Amino acid sequence: MVSTYRIQGATGEWEVVIGLEVHAQVTSNAKLFSGASTAFGAEPNTQVSLVDAAMPGMLPVPNRECIRQAVRTGMAIEAQINKWSRFDRKNYFYADLPQGYQISQLYHPLVGEGSLLIEADEKAGIPEDKVIGIERIHVEQDAGKLMHDQHPTMSYVDLNRVGIALMEIVSKPDMRSPAEAGAYVRKLRSILRYVGSCDGNMEEGSMRADVNVSVRRPGEEFGTRTETKNVNSVRFVMQVIEYEANRQVDVIENGGTVDQETRLFDPNTGTTRTMRSKEDAHDYRYFPDPDLLPLELEDSFLEECRASLPELPDAKRTRYENDLGLTPYNARELTAEVETFARFETLLAETAKQIGKPEAKVATQVANWALSVAPGVLKSLGDEADPANATAEAQAKILAMQDKGDISGGQAKEIYEIVLKTGGDPETIADEKGLKQVSDTGAIEAAIDAIIAANGDKVDEYRGGKDKLFGFFVGQTMKAMQGKANPAVVNQILKDKLDG
Amino acid sequence: MSVTREEVAKIASLARIRMADAELDRMVPELNGILDWVEQLGEVDTAGVEPMTAVIPNTLRLRDDVVDADPHTAGGRRDDVLANAPAAEHGFFGVPKVIE
Amino acid sequence: MTDFTQLGVKQIRDGVAGGDFTAREVAEAFNAAVAEAAELNAFIVTTPDHALAAADATDAKRAKGEELGKMGGVPIGMKDLFATKGVQTTAASHILEGFEPEYESTVSQNLWDAGAGMLGKLNLDQFAMGSSNETSYFGNVNSPWKKDGTNAAMSPGGSSGGSSSAVAARIAPAATGTDTGGSIRQPAAFTGICGIKPTYGRCSRWGVVAFASSLDQAGPMARSVEDCAIMLEAMAGFDPKDATSLDMPVPNWEAALSADLKGKKVGIPREYRMDGTDEEILKSWEQGKEWLRDAGAEIVDVSLPHTKYALPAYYIVAPAEASSNLARYDGVRYGLRELPEGAGLQDMYAATRAAGFGDEVKRRILIGTYVLSAGFYDAYYTQAQKIRTLVARDFEQGFTQCDVILAPTTPTASFPLGSLNEDPLTMYLNDVFAVPASLAGLPAMSVPAMLNSDGLPLGLQLVGKPFDEQGVLNAGLAIQNRANFNAQPEKWW
Repeated sequence: MVSTYRIQGATGEWEVVIGLEVHAQVTSNAKLFSGASTAFGAEPNTQVSLVDAAMPGMLPVPNRECIRQAVRTGMAIEAQINKWSRFDRKNYFYADLPQGYQISQLYHPLVGEGSLLIEADEKAGIPEDKVIGIERIHVEQDAGKLMHDQHPTMSYVDLNRVGIALMEIVSKPDMRSPAEAGAYVRKLRSILRYVGSCDGNMEEGSMRADVNVSVRRPGEEFGTRTETKNVNSVRFVMQVIEYEANRQVDVIENGGTVDQETRLFDPNTGTTRTMRSKEDAHDYRYFPDPDLLPLELEDSFLEECRASLPELPDAKRTRYENDLGLTPYNARELTAEVETFARFETLLAETAKQIGKPEAKVATQVANWALSVAPGVLKSLGDEADPANATAEAQAKILAMQDKGDISGGQAKEIYEIVLKTGGDPETIADEKGLKQVSDTGAIEAAIDAIIAANGDKVDEYRGGKDKLFGFFVGQTMKAMQGKANPAVVNQILKDKLDG
Repeated sequence: MSVTREEVAKIASLARIRMADAELDRMVPELNGILDWVEQLGEVDTAGVEPMTAVIPNTLRLRDDVVDADPHTAGGRRDDVLANAPAAEHGFFGVPKVIE
Repeated sequence: MTDFTQLGVKQIRDGVAGGDFTAREVAEAFNAAVAEAAELNAFIVTTPDHALAAADATDAKRAKGEELGKMGGVPIGMKDLFATKGVQTTAASHILEGFEPEYESTVSQNLWDAGAGMLGKLNLDQFAMGSSNETSYFGNVNSPWKKDGTNAAMSPGGSSGGSSSAVAARIAPAATGTDTGGSIRQPAAFTGICGIKPTYGRCSRWGVVAFASSLDQAGPMARSVEDCAIMLEAMAGFDPKDATSLDMPVPNWEAALSADLKGKKVGIPREYRMDGTDEEILKSWEQGKEWLRDAGAEIVDVSLPHTKYALPAYYIVAPAEASSNLARYDGVRYGLRELPEGAGLQDMYAATRAAGFGDEVKRRILIGTYVLSAGFYDAYYTQAQKIRTLVARDFEQGFTQCDVILAPTTPTASFPLGSLNEDPLTMYLNDVFAVPASLAGLPAMSVPAMLNSDGLPLGLQLVGKPFDEQGVLNAGLAIQNRANFNAQPEKWW
């Protein structure tokens, strides 16, 4: 299915072609080639080893965990894992690059071709599920940081980030709209967080994207692309594409040609501009790093990587639909984020245990609670709620009471409100606050008898075929019971007495 | 293959070595002498030969993911890292202002 | 009274351990000899206090009856390519002038741990690039040797020329060297001493200023095969900080030394018979064969067909790696900074590197940058690495027919300083016999054979299989025992 996203130019329609290079910081304690910490936000140059500072004679030794995480990530996108790979040097001079080269992988990356599924999202303009190809994942060093506003004539250099491991995840030019690119980044982020190979924290720079955009007449050859560097949010990625595509169409329609160039995004204006070149000529003189031997992975290492993979978003979503009977919407919502599914699965297990039914039998109830009821209550309370009180045990108890018919949906919310505010045991709260519904057939029968006696005319009408009046009797009964009667019991007794 | 003066100037710029005209003039024939001499490598039929990757058969060892396990390769030694810097201020290295 | 400066490593170690003399006496004698020898320009800085402190520590240990270590009481010279904590480390360059590392290289640390002391940091060709010791920012090193009947300053070889000069002049009993394409063996041959480059990976490269990472190897330079064996044992060993370090135990080379070569085959590579090789060198090679045959070995012809291409391949691979390894000298974190008025960052780099690197270093950086640049990479670098594979394969083949290879170390004896400066290529040819073993990462050693008719030393080279330093040392010992080389340069400094 082809995306219908088009730029309407003065001379007709244009299609946008997008490829993304996502730089994801690998979750590890120490750097890729040194023992310095990767923790965020430290004082300048306090997480810099002699190796990171490129002191004379210093040598890199790779961190196994960084390799392991990149391999697991590759497996998660069903990519080819290259058992033989190499590190290469990318040579250029800049103040954030102490060695004068970045250790990266050009010729033999660790991870080869894979793919990622973005799901249909009608509203966003993605009519069908779409597979986006991934070209490769390679491992490389991050660079340091320059600060330009601390001194009138100097820039300051902080090397704390130097040498932190990054995975560069390179997509194929398979995306055709900002929405697809946004969905791709969100899905990739979700997978990385499922796998645990990157925390996905875009604000702290743990994920950045280089956005490659070109335009063409639908179906024709690719146009010349521009690369906008270091875009650090999904929204910005989409803005870059939007802006670049329109800019390129303008350039072409005004008789110009698009330059293949590197651009920078300005979040304040939502525009991109040409970047002052870091290197006059981009001649990086890649060659295999002679300080490092080829990286050869053993089968046992790969097996360990595979065995440690969790259930991934697509598989989980399918299982939620097929085995738990959830709606596609609920399944997607619950599996999008690691925190969401983790909370859901804990609550589901606890609820099933307390109710004594299989998970599949209570999943829909738990899903509705987790996706709409519980967040609604939490939101309405604002600061009054202490999220620490929202234990799975307490919530499961509420759901179990509801399942038994002891409390109504409304009462469940009320009890949960109190739990959130003050903590405590939901059953005790229900007892103490009288938040229970009456299932005692004697009391309900008595109330119904009184209502039937007092509304003889309506009873006749109902029995004469005016079924709609059933609701009237339910209402009257609930009113008489001050809303605390179990609706199922009320319905049953009313049916028996009116139809009987 | 031989290099022109312009090419040598370009290489020197790529290597970030400023070169005066006289130095370039001297360098061009020297480099060409060396390049002419290494040209003989083209005589060798290397079809099917793999470029050397490891001098001595050895596999790349990986280290454990432990912070500051060895002080020689550990962080937390800012004073050491800055000790020889031509310009260090407030815990940073100073360089001429960069406009990006 | 003993002239301590005539003693070698083993004699000093055993004498101190046996109580014949103290380590302090030895250190003082060598400190004095070093101080007298300023004219050799072998040292960039001297560190007499370091030598004395190490000696005192050894003497104190002995007084307490503790183990003294493999190098206990031996003061040595340290090539100024090894980072030494708190002691200026320059690689003989202006760009690193004044640089005092906050760390100690693994090899030097190993030596201090073994009881050695440091007399000072030895001069060398700048960044180890050179074969005559004329590229140092701190001036040429003079060989202690003179050509008979002349007074011309002679080259001690390079790049470990400070090391060779100091050991030959008896101002240090031994010194560290590094060998990228002959930088231990060629200077050893020029000065009548021994030097061994072990198998690539035996000695850690951590803390050694890098020239060409895939070739650089440290090794000892001393006056006898035994001394080299002892010192190499102290220097070598697995280092987890160097990803190319060999994770193997260090053999007890000294204990296993044997000059009996019965049952061994010595290969004579026919391709080393090259035009332009000095007649006297060829004669020494013939003599070497005789000596080894006399030691019980069988002499066999072997072929190393790609020998001719080793040197040009080296002059692509080594500069390529160097161009990248030397990118870190940029005036930001240490060393020289040249900041012309109004200069931006990139101008500062270009000015700093222009002022900080000598001509030979610049030449090699340019060559390296060129051969790696877009469009040329495959034709030069990839082709050179393929030829390297072929050179290594030649040796592998050769070693199916022999245990160790005998060849000259250099095509000529030492030459007067300044005589080969006209053309860089002529200088490069000095290493034509040394480079093949470097490309293949093999252990190789030079031992003195004789003096030529000019009264200058000639060396013979032994190349062994990977990890077989013992085979190399043993063959070296067999030559040493028969050559009885005990000539010494006449003291003129």
